[in-house]
Amino acid sequence: MSSPLIITRELAKSYELGGLSVQALRGVSLAIGSGEFVAVMGPSGSGKSTFMNLLGCLDTPSSGEYLLAGERVSGLDGDALAAIRNRRIGFVFQSFNLLARTSALENIALPLLYCGVPAAERERRAAARLAEVGLAERGHHHPAQLSGGQQQRVAIARALVNDPVLILADEPTGALDTLTSCEVMALLQQLNRGGMTVVLVTHERDIAEFAQRVVTFRDGRVVEDQRIAEPKDAAAMAAQLRAGAGVNP
Amino acid sequence: MNLLASMRIALRALRINKLRSALTMLGIIIGVAAVITMIAVGSGAQERIESQIKGLGTNLIILMPGSTTSGGVRMGAGSRNTLTEEDGYAIQRDIAAVQASAPTLRGTGQVVGGSGNWSTAFQGVTPEYFEARNWVVAQGRGLEPQDIASSAKVALLGDTVARNLFGDADPVGQSIRIRKVPFIVIGTLERKGQSLMGQDQDDVILMPISTARNRVLGQASGRLRTVGSVSIKVRDGEDMKAAEEQIRELLRQRHRLQPGQEDDFSLRNLSEVLAAREESSRIMGLLLAAVASVSLLVGGIGIMNIMLVSVTERTREIGLRMAVGARGRDILTQFLVEATTLAIIGGLLGIALGIGGTVAIGQFAGWPIQLSIEPVLLAVGFAAAIGIFFGFYPARKASRLLPIEALRYE
Repeated sequence: MSSPLIITRELAKSYELGGLSVQALRGVSLAIGSGEFVAVMGPSGSGKSTFMNLLGCLDTPSSGEYLLAGERVSGLDGDALAAIRNRRIGFVFQSFNLLARTSALENIALPLLYCGVPAAERERRAAARLAEVGLAERGHHHPAQLSGGQQQRVAIARALVNDPVLILADEPTGALDTLTSCEVMALLQQLNRGGMTVVLVTHERDIAEFAQRVVTFRDGRVVEDQRIAEPKDAAAMAAQLRAGAGVNP
Repeated sequence: MNLLASMRIALRALRINKLRSALTMLGIIIGVAAVITMIAVGSGAQERIESQIKGLGTNLIILMPGSTTSGGVRMGAGSRNTLTEEDGYAIQRDIAAVQASAPTLRGTGQVVGGSGNWSTAFQGVTPEYFEARNWVVAQGRGLEPQDIASSAKVALLGDTVARNLFGDADPVGQSIRIRKVPFIVIGTLERKGQSLMGQDQDDVILMPISTARNRVLGQASGRLRTVGSVSIKVRDGEDMKAAEEQIRELLRQRHRLQPGQEDDFSLRNLSEVLAAREESSRIMGLLLAAVASVSLLVGGIGIMNIMLVSVTERTREIGLRMAVGARGRDILTQFLVEATTLAIIGGLLGIALGIGGTVAIGQFAGWPIQLSIEPVLLAVGFAAAIGIFFGFYPARKASRLLPIEALRYE
């Protein structure tokens, strides 16, 4: 196993909800190695989303410790967390979260805007990422002119543009049909084969089976941590689906 | 993130809601235009009064004979013949602060000349009169001391008289009859326009004071040479009050008035009346500008309102920007620049509208206007300040959103 990229120790998070303290996360200790493809599963309210938000530095833990690439992240202030999100983490959301009326290229370049990359360089890097996800000719399309699968691929390109160490995908296939889901998963698998660490949150077992490791949450705790010896190949499944439906690749 | 990138984001955001941006700007546009127009109209009115003061003769004191009492009824200023031509010369001679002192005899009468026949006022004056009352000879020559000495039958015509008698023809050298007395026109006077009271100042004929007395008004030469008034111009930089006091002292001496006895003359300082008018027009102008500024303030509140709506609407966008690395101050800058851009574009359009409106008022209403650069700069500065001031609260609100809550916002 490779060196751990993510280490959490007794990570906990509680919220105040109408005067009641809700324990969303009750002490999670987990190590995720560099280059792993991990799926986080669990029913609603299991704490998986809270865990993701903490991993993504979008939220701060109530107690416990979180180290990302050896850096102690828990306890950093807002600006420092913003810098970590900017340089080390790429986000993929269920609802894509692309800026409306903004071209695909500009959407992809958005993270570069916040770390002082000059305009020409931004455009060059965004174009390169767009080509990697297979949409080179769609650079000037607005999100409304793209299909759901294409939008998610633009979002993945945006996640990649700043060369992060970690991709966090929160239900990336939740809004997509089966074939498109397979295509998006194939893209994530392909990135993972290239060495990228991917953490995926899903409540669908089918989707989780594309990962190498499935961590299951319940009531704020990890209840199962299972390695999958032979993950399904999303690209092959997508090809099969296309053939079955009579769609040309 | 640099300012240029922020500007581009702001312009795009404003373009997306074109109508809304335009309506928000309208408040600033109207406010800025109102401020510019009001200041231009206000300072135009002030300018006109100032030029009237100049036309009247600056530092002018009018000396009039005192009032008489007849059977317990005071007859009003100028009803007594206490003022003489010599008083006027003495003031010129003895008081250093006086630049010009011009005794004047006034009369009215029918004038015939050229193709016209005109009833007008004439003034019997000395050469000092031109200096005291700021009359400029347009054509021909002015009065000379020998004209006074010889009671020459020469006259200068005001613009109105000249046009009524001779139309467009040159009156210089023509002969006219004033109260049937033949005169030669030796010159014309430059136009002065209306006085503050709306009188035509150009409806006048100037002639030597001696001619007016001896040949037109027909006063017996043996009597005291009384005059209707003396126009006195005080030298620039001299204290008007002090000069007035010296004149009063001199006249009391010459008229042999005992201490405690009332003055038998009155001194009026016309510039003071006009200065009061100028002050009131200045206050009026300020008032107009203040009212216009209120509309600018209302426009600013409009910006704040729309920015608050915009922040709420774009909560998810803010969440996303934060997720990909925007810091609080990046978000703050973005919304601040957006509000300021809105205000500045509105301000520039407002300047255009304000200048256009001012010119239109000058053209169609015929009001005097005076456009200057200061109120324009002031209005732009004010507009930008409004954008920053009223944009700050919504922008800060946006920058303080928690990324996780902003992303989940529906």
